[in-house]
Amino acid sequence: METYEKGMEKLAMSEKIRTYQQDIVGDGIESIQKVKEPHGDNSGRAVKYALIAVSVLFLFVMLVLPLIVVIVNALRDGWAVYIRSVRDEYTVKAFWLTVLATVAAATVNTFFGIFAAYLISKFYFRGRQLLVTLIDIPFSISPVIAGLIFILTFGNVGWMGDFLKAHGIKIVFAVPGVILATIFVTFPFVFRELLPVMSAQGKDEEEAAGLMGARGFTIFRRITLPHIKWALLYGVILCTARAMGEFGAVSVISGHLRGKTNTLPLHVEILYNEFNTTAAFAVSSILVILAVLILIARNIVEWKQKK
Amino acid sequence: MQQIVKVKNKKGVRVIPGFGLSMGVTVTMLSVFVLIPLASIFISAGQLSFREFMAVVVSKQVLSGYRVSLSCAFLAALVNVIFGLILAWVLVRYDFPGRRVMDGLIELPFALPTAVAGIALTYLYSDKGWIGSLFAKAGIKIAYTRIGITIAMIFVGIPFVVRAVQPVLEKLDIQYEEAAMMLGAGKVRIFFKVILPELFPALLAGFGLAFARGIGEYGSVVFIAGNIPYKTQIAPLLIMIKLEQYNYADATAIALVLLLLSFLLMLIINSVQLYMQKFSKG
Amino acid sequence: MKKNTAYLLILTILLSALASGCGKAPGASSEKGGNREILNVSYDPTREFYAKYNELFCAYWAEEHGESVTVTQSHGGSGSQARSVIEGNEADVVTLALAHDITAIEEAGLIDAGWMEEFDCSSSPYTSTIVFLVRKGNEKNIRDWDDLVKEGVEVITPNPKTSGGACWNFLAAWAYWQEQYGGNEEEIRNAMKMLYQNVLVLDTGARGATNTFVGNGQGDVLIAWENEAYLAMEEYPGQYEIVTPSISILAQPSVAVVDSHVEEHGTAELAKAYLEYLYSDEAQRLAGEHYYRPSNEEILQEFSEQFDLHMNLVTIEDFGGWNAAYETYFNDGAVFDQIYAE
Repeated sequence: METYEKGMEKLAMSEKIRTYQQDIVGDGIESIQKVKEPHGDNSGRAVKYALIAVSVLFLFVMLVLPLIVVIVNALRDGWAVYIRSVRDEYTVKAFWLTVLATVAAATVNTFFGIFAAYLISKFYFRGRQLLVTLIDIPFSISPVIAGLIFILTFGNVGWMGDFLKAHGIKIVFAVPGVILATIFVTFPFVFRELLPVMSAQGKDEEEAAGLMGARGFTIFRRITLPHIKWALLYGVILCTARAMGEFGAVSVISGHLRGKTNTLPLHVEILYNEFNTTAAFAVSSILVILAVLILIARNIVEWKQKK
Repeated sequence: MQQIVKVKNKKGVRVIPGFGLSMGVTVTMLSVFVLIPLASIFISAGQLSFREFMAVVVSKQVLSGYRVSLSCAFLAALVNVIFGLILAWVLVRYDFPGRRVMDGLIELPFALPTAVAGIALTYLYSDKGWIGSLFAKAGIKIAYTRIGITIAMIFVGIPFVVRAVQPVLEKLDIQYEEAAMMLGAGKVRIFFKVILPELFPALLAGFGLAFARGIGEYGSVVFIAGNIPYKTQIAPLLIMIKLEQYNYADATAIALVLLLLSFLLMLIINSVQLYMQKFSKG
Repeated sequence: MKKNTAYLLILTILLSALASGCGKAPGASSEKGGNREILNVSYDPTREFYAKYNELFCAYWAEEHGESVTVTQSHGGSGSQARSVIEGNEADVVTLALAHDITAIEEAGLIDAGWMEEFDCSSSPYTSTIVFLVRKGNEKNIRDWDDLVKEGVEVITPNPKTSGGACWNFLAAWAYWQEQYGGNEEEIRNAMKMLYQNVLVLDTGARGATNTFVGNGQGDVLIAWENEAYLAMEEYPGQYEIVTPSISILAQPSVAVVDSHVEEHGTAELAKAYLEYLYSDEAQRLAGEHYYRPSNEEILQEFSEQFDLHMNLVTIEDFGGWNAAYETYFNDGAVFDQIYAE
């Protein structure tokens, strides 16, 4: 009984802490936007507009112009050519492979991200920081190396090559390799989004529930998940965006088999290399549209969680 | 019962369930998807003796590759820190039409395939392109020079700094600034004495990530780089060249150095971040 | 206990998921219902030719054997394509830019020795050579290799370390100065050095270099495959001219059946027929139409208007074969590296 009371006490306290934390951190997602307009005088306003102008110019030159190049070139030969390139048999196949790899990567990395973020934020143990760094490796690794390591592991020259060959399992230059490479490059994305939120939430509530004897999954579902659901969604969206666009690692491992292991980004390169610039840009524009859709979804998520 | 709980806690047993499970899942998945494949690099590079290894990684061409990659990535990360800070500031502190759109655009470089980015950037910055032709008149070449490489690296690194700084800036209590202002500090002074120190760890983290990403970048850079040895040849391209010569050991030796570099960078960033967390809590 | 069971459970799920994912991997060729598949791993500039040739061959095979055949194509830099086969890309046939790349596959134990004698003309059903592609009007007045080393001429050529075509480019230039300087190595090197100092962009593949020259408008002259140059002329009519240098090289792209793969796939006969049919009159004519020089002399004569048949061509044998050429010019620390290191 005493334990139960202790638990309740803790829960009440954690509730307080949480409201306090919400005050500072905001409601879950880190990147919530609170517009804090500084009290403007004239010089302040001048600085404001100057800074906005710099930002807009920078984004326009670095991000928007390349997009415009893609769109303009995609439509250079008119709509009919555009539609034809987009509905081309190989484009459609590449599209579905991209979807498959993206969904696989998002699923695996969400699963991993939840467990890993739970582990890092709720428990203290030796080697915690090393583990975080190891998880982050795919963030900073060259895509070329990312592709290379799978070849060196599963390819004919790799140390698992003979074993796989003997059992008739194909990984590199086949769909599993493409999926593995995609998972690799997006590995830390969900984890990275969840970690700050879970850390900020602290572990008092879980501890209280644990003392009251709640089971692990119940604790996760009833206490942890409601806090992180928006961050989770945000992470999944980012992971999807990145997985969709991966080029370097997949290009090393795919073997460029038309209609088999070509993802959309690879298909773009192939078309470009066939002097088929218009089609290349048309297919790129599919990716651009998907990216924009995803980023809109991201904004909606952000807006919802703000409410 | 109370006693039992106490004893348990003294022993350091965790109250929250799921440690074993989450540790198991994390370590297993990390091993399967990241660590075991990564180990292959060490196995492959291990075919070289230490002297051979050193001969490869300090050969003139490889060193110049590292130099190009590192210097351009450093410059790109620096540019990203400056503009990333301005962007984050504008997005957090000001309200203006189109702010949401602007915010949404930041992650675009994540989603756009690097090859598409490379092709589009080359189109723009070659001396026949929209922007490149303007600079060409002034006698400045962008594409096929190190400036071009830097631009591609800036492109891929934009989200890192903005997204690292943004949350910290949001949490930053405006009262400190107001207090400082009341005490008579000028705006510039407030920025450098009050705000910048608070943002510093986040800026460093963003810088590190953008830097690491730039060092490894291949897809967009090869299109815009020119790839001339000793001038515009980046380290990841050298890995590809070694591979084309069926020289796996040499390729992995170069890769290993890049890998250690980015691992070190990440370790530094994470240490700074953890330190920052402790510091702000304490 | 509970924790351990859960951990084990997760591990099993994960591994089985992985295993099942791998199991579903599509093999490079599977026979189902009379539809047979082969994979042709080829190099960059053959895209258009093989797209047409596959139609021709499939029609021929359907008529002769009543089976429908699907040929999957893979294109890229010749070296990286060969590498992908060595690393596990299960090609049934390889049609690459130079014999050296096929020898590399042979050395990996996938192709039996003696593949060069398996088909006619050292297993090269079509040949090509190296020419210059210049912009319309030829403003810099480029006529021969000497003009490429003049100051202010910007040259586009790929990197011989990553591109098969670039190896031919390099050797053709070398052959020219060898003749000019009577084999004085010092002077040849000097000229080569000046040539590569004029190189503006060193792309990784032949097609990449062509795109840099025509797509992005870089450089004054592209050193290219003859077929690639004609293709660029066809894609961008009226914008380019071809200049044939006084000396060039006979580029012999090679083809081979990947013996160990066709054994596994049971496609030996089909793969052999696929390559043999390249020597048929129809295929030879098709090669000619795609600006490859047919190996069949009679059919080559049919295209005498198109090709300059009086060019002075050296062959790879003049350099002692590919192994020797690689040793001398392209290996790490060899002549090409030295040219840039100085």
